[in-house]
Amino acid sequence: MTTADTPFVASGRDYSAPLVGFGTFVAFLLAIEAVIRIGWLNRFIVPPPSEIIASFGRLFTEEHVLYRFFFTAGECFIAGVMVTICGVAIGVVMQRYSLLQRACETWVAAFASAPLVLTYPLFMVIFGRNAWTIIIMGFLSALPPVILKTIEGISGTRKVLVNVGRSFKLTATQQFWKILFPAALPTIFVGIRLGLIFALINVVGTEFLINFGGLGQLINDLAERYDLAGTYAAICFVILVSVLFFIGLEKAERWLRPIA
Amino acid sequence: MPPDAVRKDAILVADDIVVRFQTPEGPITAVDNVSFGVRSGEFLSVIGPSGCGKSTLFNVIGGLLNGYDGIVSVAGETISGPHKSIGMVFQEESTFPWRTVTDNVAFPLELIGMPKAKRVERARHFISLVGLDGFENRYPGELSGGMRQRVSLARTLASEPKILLMDEPFAALDEQTRLLLGDKVLQIQQELKQTTLLITHNITEAVQMSDRILVMTYRPGKVKRIVEINLPRPRTSEIVGSEAFGRYVARIWNDLREEANRGMRDEEKQALRQEQAL
Repeated sequence: MTTADTPFVASGRDYSAPLVGFGTFVAFLLAIEAVIRIGWLNRFIVPPPSEIIASFGRLFTEEHVLYRFFFTAGECFIAGVMVTICGVAIGVVMQRYSLLQRACETWVAAFASAPLVLTYPLFMVIFGRNAWTIIIMGFLSALPPVILKTIEGISGTRKVLVNVGRSFKLTATQQFWKILFPAALPTIFVGIRLGLIFALINVVGTEFLINFGGLGQLINDLAERYDLAGTYAAICFVILVSVLFFIGLEKAERWLRPIA
Repeated sequence: MPPDAVRKDAILVADDIVVRFQTPEGPITAVDNVSFGVRSGEFLSVIGPSGCGKSTLFNVIGGLLNGYDGIVSVAGETISGPHKSIGMVFQEESTFPWRTVTDNVAFPLELIGMPKAKRVERARHFISLVGLDGFENRYPGELSGGMRQRVSLARTLASEPKILLMDEPFAALDEQTRLLLGDKVLQIQQELKQTTLLITHNITEAVQMSDRILVMTYRPGKVKRIVEINLPRPRTSEIVGSEAFGRYVARIWNDLREEANRGMRDEEKQALRQEQAL
């Protein structure tokens, strides 16, 4: 093995991939900075990364980004709780009654790919311009993956595990809670993870569209003020939150299921 | 008249079992008039070629299959559906991956509402019995295939069944693990005086462990012969090298060879039919 092939290893962990990833990201920012400074890209359309980075401080001191973050996080949390309870329950009922599953599964799958965010005017009429419209938009967009993955998880339980339950004379309720549900949990959790990501995207998107609430409204405000560096910094903040959210969910899944 | 003379004092009796399945090619009889009995404390193996209906018979006796003709009874009581006296060990890996070894083994005790401290203590007894001391808090994903099968066995034994019903429990294991696990099962069976019915296609395994071996014909599965194994007990896998063992293996193979050949010819015909249909 040559020196170039040797991975960067510290305290038993290989950091090569994250370092290459981070290096690529930095190289990309430097390239954009150079292209803007040379004049190939208009700085009034795409602000230089150095300006975007410098704007982060303003987001905290002037734009109260932390308060807005907690507002958006609260909306996502409520939508997440609702989608977990309703999505899993609907999935279980649909899996239990095959007629219902055959009748509705295609519709649910169609909903998963539909641009549900466009229905926000309807919910504005029902709930008004407030957090509930945003929460419902997040909830609806997150529902299909949770339902579909719950059906998939329960249907995919290995037959031999069901037979073990039968051999121990389990009642239908015991069979569900002691075998089907725990066996389906990893797949259900994938659905919940996808659903929460969809919820986050739609919550921020709806906040932007109705100019209400947390991070989405902040992006809208900054864009309307033509504060492009601030707008891009806010967008980067949302992306950062999404990435951390995704990593957190992955860790939670591993913690819940230590040995897959 | 069933061929088994010991049915009168048997704890488990299968009487004239007939199982038919509907297939696209028409109805087939998987099991045809199979009758036998298993005495208390006896180790009986059912052996036959692939497709002879062994696993169907396992499902019938375990109560997992309905819609068959005939009677299955335990201690004189006719059963329909799974019965508390019959504990099943399956061919496929069947531990619960979300439970530790202790929680897996304690599963049947949890179902009867045994307090946690007591069921953990009982579970540890059975874990020790199958030789898995030190692995109590591991998850099945951290164990080898043979160890997982031992967890399944311990879980079934924890329910203290009168009859242990096993469907090719070592089929997915390598030959050495299979022999050593066979030793472990024999040791447990002798220690607990556990009535055991083993479904297998492995002649060595059957002769190593059994008091009697029921040889089945290829489809439809019928009782071809019941062979008494008069090898000394307690037995271990060392017996595999003995001359008497070899004679039993040869005798059973003679019975099985014709059936296995029929099975192969039948499979070839089916493959040809499918090819022509395409």
